[in-house]
Amino acid sequence: MLPTLLEHTSTRVNAEIDPVLHIWGWEIAVYLFLGGLVAGLLILSSLLLWRPRDTAPARILQLAPLVALVLLSLGMGTLFLDLAYKLHVFRFYLAFRPTSPMSWGAWILVLIYPVAALSGLLALGPELQGKLLKKLPLVGVLAWAQRQRQVLLGATLAGGVGLGIYTGLLLGTLTARIQWNTAVLGPLFLTSGLSSGAAFLLLFKLDEADRHRLVRWDMLALAVEGVLIASMVLGFANAGAAGQLAADALLGGAWTASFWSLVVVMGIAVPLVLESIEIKKHLPLVAVTPALVLLGGLALRAVLLAAGQDSGFRLLP
Amino acid sequence: MNGEKRYVMVVDTRLCVGCKACVLACKAENNTPDGYCRDWIVEDIWGIFPNLRAEIRSERCNHCSNAPCVDACPTGASHKVEGGIVLVDHDKCTGCKACIASCPYDARYVHPEGYVDKCTFCAHRVASGKTTACVAICPTKTLHFGDVSDPHGEVAQLLASRRHKVLHPETGCEPNLYFLT
Repeated sequence: MLPTLLEHTSTRVNAEIDPVLHIWGWEIAVYLFLGGLVAGLLILSSLLLWRPRDTAPARILQLAPLVALVLLSLGMGTLFLDLAYKLHVFRFYLAFRPTSPMSWGAWILVLIYPVAALSGLLALGPELQGKLLKKLPLVGVLAWAQRQRQVLLGATLAGGVGLGIYTGLLLGTLTARIQWNTAVLGPLFLTSGLSSGAAFLLLFKLDEADRHRLVRWDMLALAVEGVLIASMVLGFANAGAAGQLAADALLGGAWTASFWSLVVVMGIAVPLVLESIEIKKHLPLVAVTPALVLLGGLALRAVLLAAGQDSGFRLLP
Repeated sequence: MNGEKRYVMVVDTRLCVGCKACVLACKAENNTPDGYCRDWIVEDIWGIFPNLRAEIRSERCNHCSNAPCVDACPTGASHKVEGGIVLVDHDKCTGCKACIASCPYDARYVHPEGYVDKCTFCAHRVASGKTTACVAICPTKTLHFGDVSDPHGEVAQLLASRRHKVLHPETGCEPNLYFLT
């Protein structure tokens, strides 16, 4: 048997690398959260608007794809703040590297803009469209978009799914960080994005039928999120020495308290219970539930981002 | 060997005394910024007192054959050149730090000027037929550098005749920094 490692000392004290890797801070946590939220908004609004309606939907649904673009721009803003060499940001768009999720993400982000903007035009009700057309010469664009309605909504949906999965894969493919070494992160971030998107829409005034549908979808997304988190922890716990370290961090280690209290209890369990009570008792929805879901989505990214950076191979013998 | 050039470094942990000459030679040769280093000294102690065993290692970028940093880089700034040396093209680097997160050896850092920096196996010296600065200065002949595809070369001979290991082979990165034990 190998003797136990008693002491490890290193002369390396590189900033942001030692003693614990800390290259990504709040900027990336906020970006990952907004990316997921935008993905959720694009997917849900495409689904809700799939069939043309006789009456215009609630204003927030009409504006959802455009609001998503504003939030996406905010997210890209925090992403930009994180870059160490900001003047070189254009370099993302002089290359496409198929092995790099970050390269995929950079291109997905720019492809989403025109598609979601056109979907956004379609989503506007006659009143808002009239106001917009008075200000901008978009009659031709609108007519073209209306002819391509299904294609555009389908492309927005696909863009949302791509965005949601990529934010998870971005971390999941960085295999040097044990806590991120799980393919579950892609679907987990996508599902969390869906529940965040639903929660965001539920903060606003909606038709009774749409509200009901969104609460049910939100409950489904939260339940799936719970299952994915359980799979993630089980996967780690049964994946050798490296996985054991990752499982320990969430089951008694440094990240246990924040993960279970903020992500699982506050962000998933409590909203799920509140929503089921609201549905069963036909109680009017309060803003507390969606706010908890949104805070839980942010906490999921923040905790996993920090826990992952704290889980390098240097922890293994 | 398939005849393709592959540069490796061999570190004799039986000879290293941790004098840090390699660290200083690198700083002088490559003008690394204050407070940062491209190579460093690690000292591990195993066992239970008084039965202890120590190992001193001079560490740096492993110039992995299956380099995750090159795969993670979104702009092609991290790339490979002849002999498998992994380099960062400062002009293409955005400082996104994906390569830093992908490196199991934490060999990279953000240079204060914004780009990501790390050991280059002194590619500028190797190109003119010289060895790396750390190897050149090592007073105990701990460090060896060369093309392992040459079976008669020094590094291939050392690896053929001495017991050796790499760090964290479980990453699958196929590192090219070998430690004689």
